[in-house]
Amino acid sequence: MVPKSFRQAVWDEPLIFELSSNAKKTFEIDEEFKDYAADAMRKLPVEALRKEAPAIPNISEPEVVRHYTRLSQMAYGVDQGPVPLGSCTMKYNPKIDEELATLPYITDLHPYQDEDTVQGILEIIYLMQKWLAEITGTYICSLQPPAGAAGELTGALIIRKYLKEKGLSDKDEMIVPESAHGTNPASAVMAGFKVVKVPADSEGNTDLESLKSVVGERTAGIMLTNPSTLGLFESRILEISDLIHGVGGLLYYDGANLNGILGIARPGDMGFDITHLNLHKTFAAPHGGGGPGAGATCVKKELADYLPVPIVDYDGRKYRLRYNLPKTIGRMTWFYGNIVPMVKSFIYLMMLGPSLREVAEISVLNTNYLMRKLTSLKGVSLVYGEGRWRKHEVVISFDRLHKDTGVSAEDVAKALLDRGFHAPTIYFPLIVPEAHMIELTETETRENIDAIANAYEEIVRQAYEDPAKVKDTPRNTSIGRLDALVGNHPKTVTPSYKYMSRLRTG
Amino acid sequence: MPHHWIPNSSPEVKNEMLKALGIKDVMELFNDIPDELILKRNLDVGFGRLTEYEAKRKFLEIAGRSKVFTDPPPFIGGGVCAHYVPSVIKAILSRSEFYSAYTPYQPEIAQGLLQAFFEYQSLMAELYGVDIVNASMYNGSTAAAEAVRMALRVKRGRSKVLIAASAHPEVKEVIRTWLLGTSASIFEVPYNEGDGEVDLERLKELMSNDVAALYIENPNFFGVVETHLKSAIEIAHDNGSLAIVNANPISLGIFEAPGKLGADIVVGDAQPLGLGMNYGGPSAGIFGIMDRKELVRQLPGRLIGATKTVKGDEIGYMMILQTREQHIRRERATSNITTNSGLEAIAAAAYVSLLGSEGLRRLGEAILGRTYYTLERLPSIAGISPLFTSATYFREIPIATPAAGDEIVKSLLKEGIHIGPPLGMFFNRYRNSCLICVTELHTKKDIDRLISSLQEVVNGA
Repeated sequence: MVPKSFRQAVWDEPLIFELSSNAKKTFEIDEEFKDYAADAMRKLPVEALRKEAPAIPNISEPEVVRHYTRLSQMAYGVDQGPVPLGSCTMKYNPKIDEELATLPYITDLHPYQDEDTVQGILEIIYLMQKWLAEITGTYICSLQPPAGAAGELTGALIIRKYLKEKGLSDKDEMIVPESAHGTNPASAVMAGFKVVKVPADSEGNTDLESLKSVVGERTAGIMLTNPSTLGLFESRILEISDLIHGVGGLLYYDGANLNGILGIARPGDMGFDITHLNLHKTFAAPHGGGGPGAGATCVKKELADYLPVPIVDYDGRKYRLRYNLPKTIGRMTWFYGNIVPMVKSFIYLMMLGPSLREVAEISVLNTNYLMRKLTSLKGVSLVYGEGRWRKHEVVISFDRLHKDTGVSAEDVAKALLDRGFHAPTIYFPLIVPEAHMIELTETETRENIDAIANAYEEIVRQAYEDPAKVKDTPRNTSIGRLDALVGNHPKTVTPSYKYMSRLRTG
Repeated sequence: MPHHWIPNSSPEVKNEMLKALGIKDVMELFNDIPDELILKRNLDVGFGRLTEYEAKRKFLEIAGRSKVFTDPPPFIGGGVCAHYVPSVIKAILSRSEFYSAYTPYQPEIAQGLLQAFFEYQSLMAELYGVDIVNASMYNGSTAAAEAVRMALRVKRGRSKVLIAASAHPEVKEVIRTWLLGTSASIFEVPYNEGDGEVDLERLKELMSNDVAALYIENPNFFGVVETHLKSAIEIAHDNGSLAIVNANPISLGIFEAPGKLGADIVVGDAQPLGLGMNYGGPSAGIFGIMDRKELVRQLPGRLIGATKTVKGDEIGYMMILQTREQHIRRERATSNITTNSGLEAIAAAAYVSLLGSEGLRRLGEAILGRTYYTLERLPSIAGISPLFTSATYFREIPIATPAAGDEIVKSLLKEGIHIGPPLGMFFNRYRNSCLICVTELHTKKDIDRLISSLQEVVNGA
């Protein structure tokens, strides 16, 4: 029997603007206070009132539902298949989290309700402040950062303020490895630091000699992720820690890759002073097609007073919002952070409890099992750290394949889509040519890992036999390969519906 | 111990996989971690391992210690208010093709998601009267902070920012925090004591050639409609400064779009557009600009655009102008943002699609009407009056109270009615004041009950 191949839904679904037809009945709103409104509007200066209605279509409820349902069928998430994007930790989102975190106890609470009426949610925040500190080997966490990058900025600003209080404002250099996530240098600059780059050695570790040559009086700190974006554990982390602390700098831990060491090793024990976490990665809150996420910034005791306010305190009787942290950097957002995803992570932690280390063990087992299968393929190599075990992710290079056949990492990615798998992160980290950065989480089955490996094998074979066929992908997705040049060209760039004529005439 | 979320944790599978790797114990995979760093105990997290039904019970026990106000819905303002979340929105957001997806880095398999974002951008651009809206920021407060940062980049060399003193106090604090890494300084523009609107004379005086931007909210934190917003924007422009307007999207069915009034950058918080109050988050931050090169180049955040297929025969959607972003531009990026509020943006788009321009107008009127009904009833209470006597209000009203605002809040709570926040939380001079907020959720009976309960509380005070 010939196996059926993957076919994504293809709806010729018009833009919502094109759905507007004859007079339709939109969502009903009462008119009980119409006269009061009319009175008020009469008294307003004309310039304050809307003169032209926005061009938002008036369509009926069933049409809206059908439109978005069709669109959803042309999307692809973890519930449909593996999403092995590296450094993204796309694990299964437990349904119990979805059910409980969207109850009125969470979604219908106003942020300015009296503290006595929100003891439940404050207790959840308080427990998360503690649990995440235990997981990271720190003292306390702030749940205020709305996402990972905001957590990084929080950390970088804490370093800035801490150094200022110590009279060390001339420490203005932040060290960032070349393989770091782009958010690290971007956050460091937002916090007012200069970025100093260090390369990796052939083992994939931070090059210690290079590091020593840039560490000095002006070093404010270092931003590291461990395991690195190559999926390799930085074995000499304690030396790095001594080196940075030796010049009065601080160590910042990017928590995006924590999944690979969860419950096995802790950033705080490695010497990191500040750690950020992505709750939507490591702790199973869904990514929402791009967000909302939820972040946390965790610190050692001597930095606790610098956290954004408020934090939640407990006096043995009541939970309270505490605003009077003497050295606080201020506020990263209004209110208290992204509560709904945070609650999802709370439920996740509540169910796994002491079994969290199983998460790291199996995600790492899955990664290495796949690596073993992929590195035997023709045209594929590992550039860094040959012979070393990976942690949460592995980066493979198609450089050889590309030179041999002209088939690029992007072509391979598109060919994966055709086989019903989401592609991994491609062309990252930048230090690996023709890279696929693959992260399989603990929630993937062995059957699926075998299937992904088989898909890679088939694509590589095809690349050597009939490269044009691989380059002519994807064909089974809702649409064929898109043209980034047209999308970005000043003459055809179309960031909104009203510019569509640029494409239709061009 | 195996867990049902972790398929390969079952011993048979695990052992076969270990065997394939030629090892006996999974811990061999961690042999490059120095032994002194290996945690020799289980993490002390949670309440022991729980089954789903145990976890659910425990969760309900904890979460149930909060009180949800439904009858009447809370009259609390301060940026977030209780609005109706249509069932349609909940249904759309529960599509796991949307919520369990990642950022659409592979556009061909994410067309539905991308089209939804593209529509969000286009719908918000219409609502705010601007050319380009990005694919969202975290919320209105961080959108405001990013807008100020952007203005400082666009007006390089200018280092002052003017912020309307009537802006949300927590948003002001967020802006201040996000500017810690810069040398910019912030100055506040006072408001009129009578109508609560920005003091245009003082604004003129505060303008100088090193002011990069004016940031102003409409309606402002006090619920006051800035009826002379256009003049404020013109004052900024006359000085060569940018005008950033943070407008409440639910007001834009009836009030003029900030883009049409000349704003260069618009921001807003999408919570009123069918999102829950969520104890303050998540929401989505609306961020829009006019189509000018110097603005587009400095735009933070993701942007979705339409394009053609390589074959040229179809139109599709993908992320565009990514060279502004951190994953490409790194330390020279316009922002560090990556994860945004995609799902909430889809909710906001679905919400305005459900209401249409017609529904948005009616809803604006429904809220304005309730605001004015409440204002009409307030004078019946001796000792209570709106803080600004000649202001135009929308949705939120600050009331001056005969006792401390927080005491009035506590007393009303005993009647099952929740108003707030007490303004003493943010302003010493307004210790005897409190915000109230009325939305489409409040019936005439609810408002009448609020008024009579306020009366009783004031009489008792």
